[in-house]
Amino acid sequence: MQMSSIVKTTADILFPFILIYGFYIIIHGHLTPGGGFQGGAILASGVLLLLLAYRYSESTQIVRQVMMKTLESTGLLLFIIAALSAMVIGAGYFFNWLSPGGFIFGDIVTYGSTVANLNTGGLIPIMNLAVGIEVVGAISVILLALLSGIKEKI
Amino acid sequence: MSQYAALLLAIPLLAAFAMPLTGLIGKRIRNSWAIIAMLATVTAALLLVWEVLTQGTIVYAFGAFDSAQAIPFDSGGVPIRILFVIDAMSAFMILTAAIMMFAATLYSISSESEQTGQDGYYALLFLLMAGIFGMVSTGDLFNFFVFLEINSLAGAALAAYRIKGGVAVEGGLKYAFISTVAGLFFLIAVGMLYGQYNSLNIAYIASVIDFTGLSLVAVVLMIVSLAMKSGSVPMHFWTPDTYSSAPSSITALLIVSSMASLYAIFRIAFSLFGLTMNVVTIGWVIIILGILSMFIGVSMALPQKDVKRLMAYHSVSQIGYMLVGLGVGVAVLGDAQMLAQFGVVAMEGGIFHIINYALYKGLLFLIAGAVIYRCGTANLNDLGGLGHSMKWTMGFFIIAALAIAGIPPFNGFASKLMIYESVFIFNPFIAVIAMVVSIMTLASFVKVFHSMFMGPKLPQYETVKEVPMPMLIGMGLLAVLIILFGLFPDLVVNTLVEPAALALLDRSGYIASVMGGI
Amino acid sequence: MIEQIPYLAVILIAGIGIATILLKKNLIKMIMGLAIIEGAANLFLIILGYREGGIAPIFTNAPGGEMVLPTVQAMTLTNIVIGFATTALLLAFAIIIYRKYGSVETNNIRRLRE
Repeated sequence: MQMSSIVKTTADILFPFILIYGFYIIIHGHLTPGGGFQGGAILASGVLLLLLAYRYSESTQIVRQVMMKTLESTGLLLFIIAALSAMVIGAGYFFNWLSPGGFIFGDIVTYGSTVANLNTGGLIPIMNLAVGIEVVGAISVILLALLSGIKEKI
Repeated sequence: MSQYAALLLAIPLLAAFAMPLTGLIGKRIRNSWAIIAMLATVTAALLLVWEVLTQGTIVYAFGAFDSAQAIPFDSGGVPIRILFVIDAMSAFMILTAAIMMFAATLYSISSESEQTGQDGYYALLFLLMAGIFGMVSTGDLFNFFVFLEINSLAGAALAAYRIKGGVAVEGGLKYAFISTVAGLFFLIAVGMLYGQYNSLNIAYIASVIDFTGLSLVAVVLMIVSLAMKSGSVPMHFWTPDTYSSAPSSITALLIVSSMASLYAIFRIAFSLFGLTMNVVTIGWVIIILGILSMFIGVSMALPQKDVKRLMAYHSVSQIGYMLVGLGVGVAVLGDAQMLAQFGVVAMEGGIFHIINYALYKGLLFLIAGAVIYRCGTANLNDLGGLGHSMKWTMGFFIIAALAIAGIPPFNGFASKLMIYESVFIFNPFIAVIAMVVSIMTLASFVKVFHSMFMGPKLPQYETVKEVPMPMLIGMGLLAVLIILFGLFPDLVVNTLVEPAALALLDRSGYIASVMGGI
Repeated sequence: MIEQIPYLAVILIAGIGIATILLKKNLIKMIMGLAIIEGAANLFLIILGYREGGIAPIFTNAPGGEMVLPTVQAMTLTNIVIGFATTALLLAFAIIIYRKYGSVETNNIRRLRE
């Protein structure tokens, strides 16, 4: 149903900030609390804000179901290809081959209380990103399906 | 280094995740991607089973550079990573699951060809198979819980696949509720064990376990939740509704899922707790659950009019046979002389019955699905005279019905004879109940055969032909295996079943394969 | 006795959840009871990891001292994700049942009979 223009304008302004906050939580998952699922849920709450502020027929022109399903499949495929890529170099499944000295995310961490360095962690931030993309796609598909049955008055 | 254990899990997951993208491209590409992935998984499973039977237990550590090294060098002798421990019993269950996956996927190519939403169907099918393979090969309690939940959710969504009439959704809802409550009880038990021993690895807990009151609560919660999931008697009410309203190939896979829960009860009773718990009490509890399942299952099956509900009640009664066979094994675990005399034979009978039950019950459900596919109804009062037009289906039905009743040249006879012989020495009353149940099973299947296939040809089924070729190949594979297992039971028992039973009894060998003989 | 209060709270919340599933007739309320039992299981797992005077298990700029157990926190996160997926699936089933049968009371959705 149609919300007033105060709600629509506030949703428009808040949406980029929620996106930035969600990506911050995803990408810092190996240093601070958070990670893939939590950041993806925050991104999906931003999408939900847009879905609630506008009418269903208007908001589905911005957030389409095919786009969200493609996001979900891409995230899942990135995760499993990252896991299988360790078997290519002859190690076990899920082996963290970028951690000591790889070409991205490859700095070495000393044990104990340290200052945080984003460039560490190896394969873990890549998997966090994959899970985050997948979660925002999956939750958006669920929300679109659940909202499609509401009869609108105006 | 053997990589087949990781490939067994990775290929179904890759196939499931890529299925929506291939569905966007086209229908024939998606069907061929499903068949290719299924053949790759079955090949990996067979190679893995071959490797375990010739080389002994395989231990695979995830996330390590050298995956055969279970304990990292800087951890102080404690296995930290998630391990897959595949001994002969796990290999047996992997073989069963691979055979059923082959038959069910081939069957679904043609039986679901006119439904919408097939992308989701095949993706969930591969997720269900990944869950089953993970459940039977893992050596870590929390990993088992995660695969149990994957299994339940994929199975519930597939059971409710045909949402047009609405009844299938009701069956799927009951399955989802029961599975979730069972999973939560299991998680509380895992939490109790973690709080005491600070580890989640089955072999490590088995080497330091000490039976206190808290461990008793944990083992009771685990056995109750896994019995709920596999459909034995006090908690069997979801079985007829779910098995009768799901598509038939999915029912065959849900049966393998309940077999995997049964495997978990025996893994916990033999390898995790072993002789530290009071084996006589818990063995008798399992035997009583088995007797109730056998008897109540077959008594409620006789007056049914819907053919799939009748078969679902029979599946409750067959689970009772397996529980009785392995319960006798648990109850005599402490007494070495009784164990050598009849305990090992009882366990071998129960384990052999697992694969026989999956084969003939899967074939029966696929046949019922074939009849419903051509005739549109499942009510026995309306069907009749199909023997004139569906000759191959009638032949497969005769083979499967004789196998489930335990008639000699088929495989049901071999496993039931082993169970009767050993249980008779243990307690003759139980063996007599088992034989009476077998006679009642034969009676109800004679009724089904007469109503479905005998009699004159009815006018409303004039245009009914035989079912398409992929369905016949799927059913034919199961029928050929039933006949082969019935003609050469000695070969099967010596190669597959006896290593499995000995691997379950050998608790210290299981611990030594992970902890390295410490 | 005061250390046992969190465990008593877990039993109480689980009891409320089980009573809700058994006594209520509306499908949505039964799903809520299932969510309450999941909350009790998560609470039980987190309580297991507590150590007296412990700090959060993060190595970035950590002050000294004993840390609480992090493995149970990972188990709880996994259970929250599983619970979310289960609730979404059950609610989708409830919507379809409402469309086909016309009500969500369990007395009226019994078409699968003996």
